[in-house]
Amino acid sequence: MLAIYKKELRSYFTNPLGFVFVGIFLAVSALLFSYTTFLSKTYDTSSYFLLMIFVLVLLLPLLTMRLFAEEKKLRTEQLLLTAPISLTGMVLGKFFAAFTMFFGCMLVSCINFIPLYVIAAAERGNLSYSTTYVGPVTAQIVGSMIAIILIGAAFIALGTLVSTLTENQLAAAIITMAAIFGLIFTSLISSFVPVVWIRTALNWISVLGRFSNLSNGVFDIAAVVYYLSLTFVFLFLTVRVYEKRRWN
Amino acid sequence: MIKIERLTKNYGSNCAVDDISFEIEKGETVGFLGPNGAGKSTTMNILTGYLSASAGRVSIDGIDILADPIGAKRLIGYLPEQPPVYLDMTVDEYLKFNYELKGCTLEREPHLAEICEVVKISHVRKRLIRNLSKGYRQRVGVAQALIGNPPVIIFDEPTVGLDPKQIIEIRSLIRSLGKDHTVLLSTHILQEVQAVCDRIIIINKGKIVADEKTENITRVVEGNRRFNVKICGPQREVLDTIKSIPGVSYAELLAQKDGDACTYMVESEFGVDVRKKLFYTVAEHDWAMIGLESLGMSLEDIFITVVNKTEEDNPVAESGKRNKSSAQKRSRRTRNTLENDLADTLVKDAEQKRAEAAEEVSDEDL
Repeated sequence: MLAIYKKELRSYFTNPLGFVFVGIFLAVSALLFSYTTFLSKTYDTSSYFLLMIFVLVLLLPLLTMRLFAEEKKLRTEQLLLTAPISLTGMVLGKFFAAFTMFFGCMLVSCINFIPLYVIAAAERGNLSYSTTYVGPVTAQIVGSMIAIILIGAAFIALGTLVSTLTENQLAAAIITMAAIFGLIFTSLISSFVPVVWIRTALNWISVLGRFSNLSNGVFDIAAVVYYLSLTFVFLFLTVRVYEKRRWN
Repeated sequence: MIKIERLTKNYGSNCAVDDISFEIEKGETVGFLGPNGAGKSTTMNILTGYLSASAGRVSIDGIDILADPIGAKRLIGYLPEQPPVYLDMTVDEYLKFNYELKGCTLEREPHLAEICEVVKISHVRKRLIRNLSKGYRQRVGVAQALIGNPPVIIFDEPTVGLDPKQIIEIRSLIRSLGKDHTVLLSTHILQEVQAVCDRIIIINKGKIVADEKTENITRVVEGNRRFNVKICGPQREVLDTIKSIPGVSYAELLAQKDGDACTYMVESEFGVDVRKKLFYTVAEHDWAMIGLESLGMSLEDIFITVVNKTEEDNPVAESGKRNKSSAQKRSRRTRNTLENDLADTLVKDAEQKRAEAAEEVSDEDL
């Protein structure tokens, strides 16, 4: 697992893909952050995080599209599948490599918050007294970060699954985007459904629907479990795809 | 070391490997021979755990590939048909990746250096695999299979796409590996197996059609059982004399003439070299022998005969019959059966050739 993890991580940076991802991710996050906070003259970061989810829809497929599709095309998967490693190890190695890229970018993008805190501190210094709290709510930021990272993990797992289904990287990327959109928009669709139980069910599986508690700074264990199990299910299916392929 | 029992693989309704069994002993170098689409690669992919069999058992050194896939895979070094190399890595990086992937415990640097030395890629270790030629990529693939010094080495068509010099190098490499490894190699090039293998398994349409020691097959090939002689002398007497020589199973006058000499086709019994005797007998009669040409069967002939033979036979009846006998018996035909089969086909073959030759002559006469 470690060998595959290292290999995948390294290959992100021997290809332009890794640099493209990091560059676009940091640029877009900084841009969105400026628009949603400094330029809107607010300390509220909720719209920034919400928009970031949509950015992930477009960017994360870049990380996952080549994971298995390329191996399949180059016939190198034969090497991995005949090596003395388990299928789970192989899938996890690749998943964690993509996740590390995403996680690293998320951490780096935290520097966006520094100017916000600096400005808030200056403003508090100018005010002699204040009845309300001025500045960003740290609990909200931490909660949203956790939620976004968990959502990203689920999206990466979904992309990993899609990548095993095709040899074509572009197809993998586009299908992944479509699938993630599907996951996100279930809550949107649900509002048009007149039947109550379907609406409840759709809301229950909706990715965005579970985001609100965490983004408000409330640690919602149900949401965390939901995101983690979503990740687990997609990774499990990925392993099953390979297991199944052997028996074909 | 490698044991395959009643292995079957179906792709949908298409049966790629049909109930084959064989066993490879430790230290053997076995050639797996067959036309394209015979099931060679499928068998190897099952052996290495890349595919699963529809039925049957595969075990490597007593470890079942399904029960303990990781344990079994640890014993195998596998070079698939297309070398599984990452184009964006350098040779060095690729080998190190494989070293880690296989969880190798030998000391890394000396081990990799030794392998590079053996497959002669030491001077390209810093280069990107993308920029290497097919021959070098193949060698990198071979190097990959050798990492960790696995006791079983499986090569799927290792010399495809190489130039003649590289082919010779790879063959001598395989031969040297065969000294302390169990090697299974698939190919459709016959000289290759003859050159490097102790044993040949011929597979066609998913069935084993021959399983023999190479030397037995080679003996059949080089047995000089059939040859043309040119002798100056009275045709009928010469023919009768040749027929009376002990060891000659068949003799015939051919229509080709060379001056005052006639050409005779002589066939000897198995394992008997009648050439000397023939020479002295002819000399005693004061006839001049001016030519002796061996019509030995090439490995290609054997291959084609064996493969065609199984296609002619009723496959259903044959497999039913074979199933009853034990696996060992079925796969390891005795030498005599193979030789007899070949002898039969040789005679048939000869008859056909003679008929063709006679036709040609009569055409010329007209």
